[in-house]
Amino acid sequence: MEKKSVEELKEIAKDLRKKVVTILYEAGSGHPGGSLSAADFVTACYFYEMNVDPKNPKWAERDRFVLSKGHVCPVLYAALSTRGFFPEETLHTLRKEGSPLQGHPNFNCPGIDIPTGSLGQGLACAVGMAIGLKYDKKNSRVFAVLGDGECQEGEIWEAAQTANKYKLDNLIAFVDKNNLQIDGPTDEVMPLLNLGEKFKAFGFEVYDIDGNDMNQIVQTLDEIRGKGQNQKPKCIIGRTIKGKGVSFMENQVGWHGVAPKKDELERALKDIEEGF
Amino acid sequence: MEKIATRMGFAKELVELGKDYENIFVIDTDLSCSGKSDGFAKAFPERSLNVGIAEQNAAGVAAGLATCGKIPFVVSFAIFASLRMCEMVRQEIAYPKLNVKVVGSHGGLSPAPDGASHQAIEDMGVMRTIPNMTVVMPADYWSARKLTRAVAEFDGPVFIRFTRDSVPVIYDENIQLEIGKAHQIQDGSDVAIIANGDTVHIALEAAKKLAEENISARVLDMHTIKPLDADAVKDCIEKIGKIITVEDHNIINGLGSAVCEVVAEIGKGKVKRIGINDKFGESASYERLMEKNGITVDAIVEAAKSF
Ligand SMILES: Cc1ncc(C[n+]2csc(CCOP(=O)(O)OP(=O)(O)O)c2C)c(N)n1
Repeated sequence: MEKKSVEELKEIAKDLRKKVVTILYEAGSGHPGGSLSAADFVTACYFYEMNVDPKNPKWAERDRFVLSKGHVCPVLYAALSTRGFFPEETLHTLRKEGSPLQGHPNFNCPGIDIPTGSLGQGLACAVGMAIGLKYDKKNSRVFAVLGDGECQEGEIWEAAQTANKYKLDNLIAFVDKNNLQIDGPTDEVMPLLNLGEKFKAFGFEVYDIDGNDMNQIVQTLDEIRGKGQNQKPKCIIGRTIKGKGVSFMENQVGWHGVAPKKDELERALKDIEEGF
Repeated sequence: MEKIATRMGFAKELVELGKDYENIFVIDTDLSCSGKSDGFAKAFPERSLNVGIAEQNAAGVAAGLATCGKIPFVVSFAIFASLRMCEMVRQEIAYPKLNVKVVGSHGGLSPAPDGASHQAIEDMGVMRTIPNMTVVMPADYWSARKLTRAVAEFDGPVFIRFTRDSVPVIYDENIQLEIGKAHQIQDGSDVAIIANGDTVHIALEAAKKLAEENISARVLDMHTIKPLDADAVKDCIEKIGKIITVEDHNIINGLGSAVCEVVAEIGKGKVKRIGINDKFGESASYERLMEKNGITVDAIVEAAKSF
């Protein structure tokens, strides 16, 4: 696939956001806030940076994607479908009986590289993938998306120290730093201190960016690619807005895990279209 | 019939307990709204901790607090409260027999649309296997209140499981429940149905249907699967000889297994287990999941007639 331009990527992110709110409305449950905050980075992964083949989801040379914060799978499902991994109709079966699109992602869905949903476990799996790919002398890389609240789990840091030990320069962790979790702001529930400094202390090369700014995302991915095999795992701290793109969801802790109702869906679609 | 989720009973009683006992603490793991400990947090902020999304840490902190004479309730979804905290519960809570209450909300298949990752189908079995643990699951709002209090007043580690959805209120405020003692809701002579949690009302409905066909069923609410009330099981075998167990849990190592252990040692009688047949759940409505797993009124009726 040819890399999309930043303008095209922005349009795709818009489309994914619309799909997210629509399928959550249809499902009647699920997680809009963190799906919307991560939408720009997920777009850049699937339409700019990652080497994948929708016709051959298990292609051995592909880049891997780990949605460590698995509850925001609606945005991943939207990206996979738009990229051609499965038909758009399937999106509308989210969370329904028999659907390949489970409430949290698993192998029933083409393009899912590892099931997630229990927080804190994805980065370790990404580390394992990165080690395996290196061992097989493949140039594939591993992209992992983490929640900031999720970084309260100890296993994240156990995985991080492993990434350093094995010099996993093929691992790129993106922390969707939207500053909210379920019980409130991360700073109140459990202060994360300086996440970037923490990853740095764990041996990562750290990039601190506006995670909803497509220009910055693309530039950062270019820069990381340019580093080649420099022995360092990478961490992008993406400062984002939970609920990004929908006026009444932005920065609202209450929109973590509630699906929009009909009228809310209409307002959300309008906000997204108009680039609120 | 009025319906309320068992976790709402927990919420209410926890606040009452907070007033009665100054040493009750609650440790949240970023799930206080779902786990329903948010009311306690508001009423007693100084005795309420939120350690974030860090369940293992929560279990350790609870153990530490218990050594200071506190009664910590550590709250998460049942899946994380049992499995993520598992080894910490074993090493630092059950082994030293500390007075910690591990609370799992959203037990069984009840977080239905979330899918298998969130459905706790092994939790009670895993907890039951750990020495010193007591394992409890209330059947309705009132039993949730009574058993929450009983658990708080019981000295020792307990795992107590609640569920997400509203279930029929089958008891009233006068119900008396004792940890480790089965509660017989009705007597019968042809078959005994032993259920726990959300399946107790299903068992009651099945008993009603059976009565219409002149089959008389004894119904036991086995809210404590450990220590199991072996005498109650023995009595079912002596007087009736046929038992159906019903649970929203893997049939391996849950209520059905516990009952079978007792029956096997008696060496007579017959048991049929209704529950999840050793397979992972999936996203669907709770009702559909129960149907797909054969945890239904009809399945109980069928089992009763085919001994
Ligand atoms: C181990 C574990 N504990 C608890 C949960 C329940 N849970 C789901 S999402 C969430 C909050 C996540 O916050 P964050 O990582 O910041 O994600 P975001 O805000 O981007 O949605 C919690 C506690 C879980 N899925 N897994």
